[in-house]
Amino acid sequence: MSPLRYILEKEFKQIFRNPAILKTIFILPVIQLIMLPMAADYEIKNINIAVVNNDHGSLSIELVQQITASNYFKLVSYTNGFNTAMESLESDKADLILEIPKDFEKRLFKEKETNLFLAVNAINGVKGSLGAAYLNNIIQTFNQSFRNKELVPGRFSEIPQIQISSSNWYNPKMNYRIFMVPGILVLLVTIVGMNLSSINIVREKEMGTIEQINVTPIQKFHFILGKLIPFWVIGLIVMSVGFIVAWVVYGIIPLGSYFTLYFFAAIYLLVILGIGLLISSYSENQQQAMLVTFFILMIFVLMGGLYTSIDSMPEWAKWFTKLNPISYFIEVMRMVVLKGSSIKDILPQILAMLGYSVVINIWAVLSYHKRS
Amino acid sequence: MEKLSSKPAGVIIEGVSKSYTVNKSKLVAVNNISFEVPAGTLFGLIGPDGAGKTTLFRMLTTLLLPDAGNIWVDGLNAVADYKALRKKIGYMPGKFSLYTDLTIQENIHFFASLFETSFEENYDLIKEIYEQIAPFKDRRAGQLSGGMKQKLALCCALIHRPSILFLDEPTTGVDAVSRKEFWEILQKLKTEGITILVSTPYMDEASLCDRVALIQDGKIMQIDTPQHIVDHFDKPLYAVKSPKMLPLLKMLEKDAAVLDIYPFGEVHHMVLKSKDSKVNLPEDATMQVIKPNIEDLFIYLMRNHE
Repeated sequence: MSPLRYILEKEFKQIFRNPAILKTIFILPVIQLIMLPMAADYEIKNINIAVVNNDHGSLSIELVQQITASNYFKLVSYTNGFNTAMESLESDKADLILEIPKDFEKRLFKEKETNLFLAVNAINGVKGSLGAAYLNNIIQTFNQSFRNKELVPGRFSEIPQIQISSSNWYNPKMNYRIFMVPGILVLLVTIVGMNLSSINIVREKEMGTIEQINVTPIQKFHFILGKLIPFWVIGLIVMSVGFIVAWVVYGIIPLGSYFTLYFFAAIYLLVILGIGLLISSYSENQQQAMLVTFFILMIFVLMGGLYTSIDSMPEWAKWFTKLNPISYFIEVMRMVVLKGSSIKDILPQILAMLGYSVVINIWAVLSYHKRS
Repeated sequence: MEKLSSKPAGVIIEGVSKSYTVNKSKLVAVNNISFEVPAGTLFGLIGPDGAGKTTLFRMLTTLLLPDAGNIWVDGLNAVADYKALRKKIGYMPGKFSLYTDLTIQENIHFFASLFETSFEENYDLIKEIYEQIAPFKDRRAGQLSGGMKQKLALCCALIHRPSILFLDEPTTGVDAVSRKEFWEILQKLKTEGITILVSTPYMDEASLCDRVALIQDGKIMQIDTPQHIVDHFDKPLYAVKSPKMLPLLKMLEKDAAVLDIYPFGEVHHMVLKSKDSKVNLPEDATMQVIKPNIEDLFIYLMRNHE
């Protein structure tokens, strides 16, 4: 019988005797999948706004009411001096200052135009720019309704206007969870797979058991395969647990088939585990392996396209993401879950991962020496 | 070197060297060593820590490639025929290196299957050792005592019935009773026709070997039967004793007639430059001629090697 069978038997025994691994497989994915998408909300609410109203006319009060009624803004100060508002911005109580000038109402009626001043605290860039955009939106709407109400309709209808109306395909309600949850699932499978595989061979080195293995006639290829297969199975189990959570908690059912996703994941895991084994066979102790894995994972995760869009990265970074397996899986996951893509549609990604896995795993086998 | 017996050689080592690079400087671990181990003997490699014993063992067991020289183990070249050789050797590293999260039985079965054999097939060879640990066969290896771990490691090294067994410091860190038992086991294994190479830092274990090699700083200082090695010691040796041992040692160290003096248990061993030398002993001290043992010789060689 093939010695691979005995190695697998031994590896599985060791895995199931390690309570930490079992927890990693079942409890962690559930907690992360429930917690992260709830917390990682891309919509920004509770933007603190300070309003400086130098006008006090009914029109300016109406504008302020519309802003505070929008749910996005919280009025933290309402004054008539810019300096007090600036103070609250500096002390981080306010994120935005809206200044309404003197004679706001009068000029709007008489001169048909007026200015508003907006100051944004850009320390938290996302909050600042989104807040400004929301506020602009509200002012636009306010402007539009003012025109319709107050100005003579005849004169303005002569000016042609372009109205843009958009509809969101594949995710009509722009529910960020639908694209976050599958993405986080990809990260989970990757983190669990790469961590487990990267500390495995190096653990045998630390324990000295590799010495005893090396003097046996066992083949390198069998040894590496014996390490790869158990984690490959665990990776697929983690993904299944994740799909169950996505369905039960978020009601997310892929538009495409599960088969397509598992087919891709099966190849993808070979790449991830291969990288893990490669780190493991080059490291001298578990601490080293864990640090290197952490560093690589961090880059892979942050440049994987889940948190920042790859399309908006500079050219060199785009090329770099071609080496990042996570970016392929996140893309495939979204294509299959949201668009219902089939194996034929994700063929380029499948081929890329196949090539990647062959290179990495041959390297991993070659880098493991039974003698030095 | 003394002419070897007509028996076939179990291990032949010819001009083997190995050095490591430590902090950019070269460290010679094994320096041009040559010797032979006749098949079916119990051969001891005796030397202090850092003498190069483990490096030599790792080369003999195909784990390390020598920088220079040739090694034949059981008729096979350790570099060229390493794959075939691995089936014929058993190796027990100095550090316990079995799976601590597997039980005794699982460890033995696992290593048996890696050699494509089974526990039952070679049970007769390890029977006596295994029986001592059998009551704990379902206990994980990590929870065993030092002596039991060592017996388990020996079982795993023997389970594929190797023709040559390499034991790297098997008795280091093991209590006196277990050490004695272990050497009795080795004597029995020898009768099974297995060539055994054992390294140890303990001089008293040397007399239990058929032949010993004294190794220091990567070089073999002497190689012979333990008795011949002791006979080689031709200097007059005395045991001296007094109620005040430390001042005695300090005093005799300065004596011109004394070649060497060192503490040895509850007495000091003293080597004189010649039989006729006179030593000035304090009144309360006694002096007695003794037979040298292998440790005396080793200390003598070590101190007068340069």
